[in-house]
Amino acid sequence: MSVMRRPYFPPGMPLPAITDDTRPFWDACRGGELVIQRCTGCHTFRHLPAPVCWQCRSFAHEWIRVSGRGTIFTHATVHRAFLPELAAYVPYTVVVVALDDASGVRLVSNLVDGEPAIGLPVEVVFEEVSPEVTVPRFRVRIP
Amino acid sequence: MKDTAAIVGIAESEYTKWGKLARCTEYQLALETILRAVDDAGLTIDDVDGFASFSNDRNEFCFVATDLGVPVVRYAGMTWVVGGGGACAAVGDAAMAIATGTARCVVVYRSIAMGQFRRFGRALAGDVVGVRPQDAALGFALPFGLFNATVGMALLVRRHMHRYGTTTEQLGHVAVTFRRHANRNSAAVMHDRPMTLADHAAAPRIVEPFGLLDCCLETDGACALVLVSPERARDLRHRPVYVAAAAQGTGPRYGCGAWAMHYMPEEDYTGGNTQTLAKSLYQTAGVEPRDLDCAQLYDHYTGMVLLQLEDFGICPRGESGPFAAAGELAWPDGALPTNTAGGSLSEAYIHGLNHVVEAVKQLRGVAVSQVPDAELALVASGSGIPTSALLLRR
Repeated sequence: MSVMRRPYFPPGMPLPAITDDTRPFWDACRGGELVIQRCTGCHTFRHLPAPVCWQCRSFAHEWIRVSGRGTIFTHATVHRAFLPELAAYVPYTVVVVALDDASGVRLVSNLVDGEPAIGLPVEVVFEEVSPEVTVPRFRVRIP
Repeated sequence: MKDTAAIVGIAESEYTKWGKLARCTEYQLALETILRAVDDAGLTIDDVDGFASFSNDRNEFCFVATDLGVPVVRYAGMTWVVGGGGACAAVGDAAMAIATGTARCVVVYRSIAMGQFRRFGRALAGDVVGVRPQDAALGFALPFGLFNATVGMALLVRRHMHRYGTTTEQLGHVAVTFRRHANRNSAAVMHDRPMTLADHAAAPRIVEPFGLLDCCLETDGACALVLVSPERARDLRHRPVYVAAAAQGTGPRYGCGAWAMHYMPEEDYTGGNTQTLAKSLYQTAGVEPRDLDCAQLYDHYTGMVLLQLEDFGICPRGESGPFAAAGELAWPDGALPTNTAGGSLSEAYIHGLNHVVEAVKQLRGVAVSQVPDAELALVASGSGIPTSALLLRR
């Protein structure tokens, strides 16, 4: 397996705006865990985090720790440095990962090693990008 | 809503590469183009009592109306479908305003000088600071380098390629076909720049599967259209072009669109978010895809044209790549001449409003690459986002 790329991006990249709805997700990442919001009423997982369940309109929810395993749903390889700081960091790979144990949930992230392919098994790795923010990225998983 | 309003005036400014509009501001370009569209209709500014635009237009109607001396404004609409998805919705909203008697003469306009503001091909960054729903959404996109529509739509198109075997060469056929149309159109930014499939294949990669020639232009320019009731349209200068049907909206869990969000149902992922619009349009107008004489489809990226062809039933699901490669989008001999002025890929990027103008030209019979006796045109705005579409007829 090829070497994981760390850091994946240079300092100064956009950071997430952490809101009341998204804070539990980002707090868990700082602790090295991936959590996904789930409706307490109908048990439907949802992502993006939101105040209400799109399936049953319940506002009650919980955060479920998931394994961080999934498969690549789609991917794109970015060659153009859309920000000047990225000149030495292209190409990079944006992936959409379908999570194994949160039905219907996909995350937008990056593949930190290997060649992307639809259906490729991956697992989460965490990268601290600022004292406040750790982001989930993915690496190739040998099933 | 069927045939409840007519497009009676159109105008376009000069189109240039971004930053080449030096003679005036983007706002002045809007004002000039609106006046020319009103004049094209054979009307005066005193007749105008409504404005419609989209994508949080910077050139706000209140300043336009004030500076042009419009006596009374009775309708001012800004659609909420996202970004370039709004061009057809603005026309549809104008038609609704006229059909309900809210206003009598509505101008739809768009002036977009990327050289004076933001180039759409650059990163959207540094704006994720608030607590709006959109800030939360962008927080799950920008930190991962999903910076703009180019990355987002590449993710959609990759999935289509995987599922249906669509190839980058087939994308190239879309680019080359529209470029040939632009080469015939002296107003097109790429008028003097021929393109071959080899050029397309050799172009620098931007976001795979897209190379440079799969991506729309970044330009400066403006368009405007004038709508009135069908009754009033009969006495004006040009043959009226009727809004046969207008549709706007979005599919389930589509969010603000694939430029930032990828959480829609899997079955909707290989479409352009225009499937339901298509059904609504054909049903309202009482027509079928085979009745179309031309199509003007939002072409921010070559691959997104393919997704729309399938959504609108112009070819079967999964067959748009071979359809494009067989020359079916080409004027004059293709099954459905598409983006006959060159589109956003090769004419200009006026956020899809130039597509509406070209459809009107086709139905007036005055297009540069005229489809003989064209009676019915499909226009679709930005796909992969909440969006809109029109059927126009003469």
